[in-house]
Amino acid sequence: MRPVYIAGVALTPIGEHWELSLRDLACEAALKALEKAEVERIDALYVANMGAAPLQSQLHLGALMADALGLYGLPAMRVEAAQASGGVAVHEAYLAVASGLYDSVLVIGVEKMSDALPHEVRSALAMAEDQEYTAYTGVTDVGLCALLHRLYMERYEAKPEEVAALAAISHEHAVGCPHAQYPFRVSVEKILSSPMEADPIHMLECSGIGDGAAALVLTADRGDVEIAASTVAVDHFFLTERSDPLILEAVGTASKRAYETAGISPRDIDLVELHDSTTIMGILSLEDLGFVEKGFGARYVSEGNVRRDGELPVNTFGGLKARGNPVGATGVYQVAEIALQLLGEAGRCQVEDAEVGLAENLGGVASTASITILRRH
Amino acid sequence: MSVPRYWREIKYRYRLIGELCTECGAIIFPRRSLCPHCGCRELEECKLSETGTVLSWTVIQHPPKGYEKYAPYVVALIKLDDGARILSQVVDVEPEEMRVGLRVEATFRRVREDGSSGIIEYGYKFRPIIEEP
Repeated sequence: MRPVYIAGVALTPIGEHWELSLRDLACEAALKALEKAEVERIDALYVANMGAAPLQSQLHLGALMADALGLYGLPAMRVEAAQASGGVAVHEAYLAVASGLYDSVLVIGVEKMSDALPHEVRSALAMAEDQEYTAYTGVTDVGLCALLHRLYMERYEAKPEEVAALAAISHEHAVGCPHAQYPFRVSVEKILSSPMEADPIHMLECSGIGDGAAALVLTADRGDVEIAASTVAVDHFFLTERSDPLILEAVGTASKRAYETAGISPRDIDLVELHDSTTIMGILSLEDLGFVEKGFGARYVSEGNVRRDGELPVNTFGGLKARGNPVGATGVYQVAEIALQLLGEAGRCQVEDAEVGLAENLGGVASTASITILRRH
Repeated sequence: MSVPRYWREIKYRYRLIGELCTECGAIIFPRRSLCPHCGCRELEECKLSETGTVLSWTVIQHPPKGYEKYAPYVVALIKLDDGARILSQVVDVEPEEMRVGLRVEATFRRVREDGSSGIIEYGYKFRPIIEEP
C-alpha cells in the first residue's frame, strides 16, 4: 500500500437549491475540485449518494455523472451505504489509489432532498433499516435515535440540556461558514422548547433536509494532506440484537483500526467532524471514538470541551446539525472540511495549528461506521 | 409492499415466530440463516413470548409514508419474558402513560393500508397489560 493524498476539495453551500438538479450540484463541486487538483487525468469516479433512487427515480449515477463531466472510458460507480455513503465512497477511492491500481480518482458526494415531500424523505431515510421488521413498525431514523436517547438519560442520569449542548455548540461553530445551511446561533433553551420530533428528541436536536455536493480528488502524488487512515466497519443491523444498544460497536471497531493504521491514539486528534444526525448519536460517538468514557459524553460536551477553542474541537463548520446533512454527500463534506482545516483554508471556522483530524460518518443507527483520519505534512 | 413480499412474513408477523439457536440458546427474531451471536446454522423455529417489559420508547410525531393517519404513535424497544428483544408499536396507551418498565402484551393489529398494491397489512403491536383481579 502506498500513501494517498488529497489534491483538491470543493463543496457547494447546503440548502434548498430549487434551481439546481442532482447533476448540476455534482458538477459544480466536481469541476471546482478538478480545477484545484491540477491532475493530468482521472482514472476512476466514485459517486456517493443515498436517496436518488427513491427521491429522483435515478440510478446509474456513475455513468451519468461521468458523462456530465465529460469523463469517458473510465470506471465509474455509485457507492451506497445509506447515510454513510460518503465515508464509504472515500474508503473505496482510497483503496484504489493505495493499492497502486489508480493514480488519481474523483469522489463526488451528492444529495438532492428538497425535490420530495417531507414524508417521502422520511421514508427514503427509513430505507437504511430493515423494511420487513424495523421500518414496518413505522419507526423513523430519528425515532430509533430517540430510543437510545431515553436509555442514555436513564442509565447515565444525563440531563436534557447536557445532550442538547452539542446542537448549540455546533450552531455556534457554523456562524461565518459559507457552506453551512443554518449558520446562526441557537440557545439550549430554544432547542429544548422546540416541538418534539420523537420524544425525547426535539426538532432542533435533529439535522435537517438539504441539497448539496462535495468533491475530492485523491492522488498518489505527494501533497499537503495525507489520508493517514480510512476504515469501515459494520455492526448488528438490528438494534434489538446488540448486546448493549448504547455501545456503537462499529464506531469502536473502525476507529481502533484507524488509530492503529495511523499509528496514533485518540489524544493525538486535533479536531473531529462527528456524525451528529441527532444530538445523542454525536454524544455516543464521542464515547465510542475513545475521546471520553462511556456515560460521560454529554457532560464533556456541556462543559464546553468540544468548542473550537476547547480541548477537542468538534463540528468546526457546524456538523450535520448546522452545516447540514445532505445524507449521501455528508461523509464527503466531512473529509473536505478536515482537509480545509489542515490546509489553513477554513476562514472564520479555522482551528489553530491543527495537524491531525478525524471524520466519522454513520449509516443507519451506526450499522455502518466509516472513519477517515487526515494528517498535514 | 407487494403481495408475495407481505405473504412471506405472515406466519412470523401474525404469530410471533422466531428461532432458537441449538448451540448457544439465543432466541432470534426475525428469522435468519444463522445465529448472529455464535454463527450456528442449526436453528429451530420457536414461538416468542407474548409478554414483556418496555426498555425504552418514543413517540413518532412525523411518520413515514403510509403511517400518517396513525400519528402520533408510540414505538418501543421491548424485552420479552423469554429474553428476546423486539421493536414494536405500543397501542391502547396515551404517550403520557408510557414509562420504562411498563408491562406489555402482544396484540394483533392493522399496520397499514391503501399502499401501492392495495392490500391491508396486519401484524403484531403491543399494549399495556391490565392485570386480572
